[in-house]
Amino acid sequence: MSTSDQQAAPWRLAVPELLIGIGLLACAGAVAWQTLAIPVSPLYSKVGPTVFPYLTMFGLVVLSLLLILAALRGGWQPEEEKETPTDWKAMGFVVIGLIANLLLIRPLGFTAASVIMFVLVCYGFGSKRTLRDAVLGLILALAAYFGFARALGVNIGAGFIENQLNTVIDAFITMLRG
Amino acid sequence: METLGHLAHGFSVAFTPVNLLWCLLGTTLGTAIGVLPGLGPALTIALLLPITYQVAPEASFILFAGIYYGAMYGGSTTSILLNTPGESATIVTALEGNRMARSGRGGAALATSAIGSFVAGTLGTLGVAFLAPVVVKFALAFGPAEYFSLMVLAFITVSAVLGSSSVRGLTSLFAGFVIGMIGVDLQTGQPRFTFGSTELLDGVDVIIAAVGLFAVGETLYMASRRYAGKDEIVPLKGSLYMTAAEWGRSWKPWLRGAAIGFPIGAMPAGGAEIPTFLSYAIEKKLSKHKEEFGTVGAIEGVAGPEAANNASAAGVLVPMLTLGLPTSATAAIMLSAFQSYGINPGPLLLTTQGDLVWGLIASLFIANVILVILNLPLIGLWVRLLKIPAPQLYAGILVFATVGTYGISQSPIDLVILYLLGAAGFLMRRFDFPTAPVIIGMILGPLAETQFRRAMTISNGDWSVFYTHKLSLTLLTLAFIGLAGPHIWAFIEHRRRRGPEHVPGDA
Repeated sequence: MSTSDQQAAPWRLAVPELLIGIGLLACAGAVAWQTLAIPVSPLYSKVGPTVFPYLTMFGLVVLSLLLILAALRGGWQPEEEKETPTDWKAMGFVVIGLIANLLLIRPLGFTAASVIMFVLVCYGFGSKRTLRDAVLGLILALAAYFGFARALGVNIGAGFIENQLNTVIDAFITMLRG
Repeated sequence: METLGHLAHGFSVAFTPVNLLWCLLGTTLGTAIGVLPGLGPALTIALLLPITYQVAPEASFILFAGIYYGAMYGGSTTSILLNTPGESATIVTALEGNRMARSGRGGAALATSAIGSFVAGTLGTLGVAFLAPVVVKFALAFGPAEYFSLMVLAFITVSAVLGSSSVRGLTSLFAGFVIGMIGVDLQTGQPRFTFGSTELLDGVDVIIAAVGLFAVGETLYMASRRYAGKDEIVPLKGSLYMTAAEWGRSWKPWLRGAAIGFPIGAMPAGGAEIPTFLSYAIEKKLSKHKEEFGTVGAIEGVAGPEAANNASAAGVLVPMLTLGLPTSATAAIMLSAFQSYGINPGPLLLTTQGDLVWGLIASLFIANVILVILNLPLIGLWVRLLKIPAPQLYAGILVFATVGTYGISQSPIDLVILYLLGAAGFLMRRFDFPTAPVIIGMILGPLAETQFRRAMTISNGDWSVFYTHKLSLTLLTLAFIGLAGPHIWAFIEHRRRRGPEHVPGDA
């Protein structure tokens, strides 16, 4: 944008940036509400557990007002980001994949939920070979489950697939011990 | 020299076969994630934090340090061959390095960056070994008021001074404060910001925050901009051995880069962007081959910034180990690893945990040797990693994000928080908010609060401790100059030039 533009229209509202500023102000409000809910014992009245939350809230209010001001003056999103159109379809599939994972991880277990997420995310990113992606996802999820999680001692929810494999592995170990 | 004795002891810790294996594993993993776009050392170390429940502190810190250094080496490979910086610290490397690769000198660019990283990384690690004990002597005089003021200074420099906008940097930092305050207040036992939910009493795990912002946010961001076009991998051409002329043009930039990078990294400001850009500007000015800059690619423009990057990465360890002050997202996550062992980094760390600190420093020297081998003769291996297609790469990142998050407590609530932070991370990328201050704020915020309350308790509620103690006042003044200085300067300049009323987007 050229200098003459700026002088002709110094107050150009940038809606997305304005929403971010307002959203942040709402966050500051939530912080205030939650800070008021902290019970303060008179013993700690000098520097109690609410001093920092209030300072943070004050900071957030000032910052969100500055952001709103910047939004009223034309916003700050980099040109490069503005020019790139958002691929809503790709994002949509990633979001659906994430939500599917969230909903299915309890009933189906980690591996099955991960395979479904993997396939959906790959499809969103433009991969057309769904079956191959499913196989890849299965290998990766099993590697993550048996390698990463077991090596780190992390306990991830086991489902049908993990239980079957655990039974097989246990049977195999028992057989080896003979 | 006392330091040399400590170092010798450190090498005896680091040279055990098991610790050498941890170092090899860390450097290999670090190079791999450095090469892969979308994965960084902060995210990787966060995902591996559960290992702190399994192995001795020496082992996990040797692993983490290997990842940290390895990512710096790997990131430059991606910058040179793909023109997409693997790490934010290697943005400058892409400027000249990718041009060199396009004009058929990719081999020399990779060589000068790997050897430069080795030289600067080794010098930087030496710097850590000799500077850390000095800083400790100084830091022993610090009381809670001084610590608090020092943290304020660090908050200002990491969020407001570096980066494109102080308002957006501070917003990220304050968001980090809020996340850090969720849970039970350690001094009074009162729950804060839990919205009445019992799941939030333990607070938000740093793993969830890092994975949400860096993995989920990044994946959403990459999905949203598939229209932006892709960068081509430049096939690796040219010998990996530099000619005598190329050596001659490289060694001075390496040393200059190290001299710029280490001090800036070691200041409680951190960040690799400033030293790399500074080194680039200096090399461009001093070079006898100015015509190569921006055209066919100048080797000085790769050698200097790469050295500065690695030296500053080493420098960041000084405030982290001696003051418990992390100035990058990766350092902040390493600090939470210390906390997970019940160790408090600070001036006493070098004496109480001598084995750990000196073993760690010694392992960094070893890591540099392993890395230069991994990244030169074995470069072909890493180039292959670059060919992993985006769909499977990002889908795989999300699978590991799920393992890391769901593994903490098998709670779907954690996944909900992860996705919310991922959405926030996406918006932050789109609207140019830096993400590192969130992690730093969330880890360092509660520590700053503890020091603040300690100082106020000692002074019996008298605020004046922060400005009557000379050192504290100096630190706070520096913080104020850091925050207000650039604005005052811009205002004076503006008055002098009588330019347009305002610049949109100057927030």
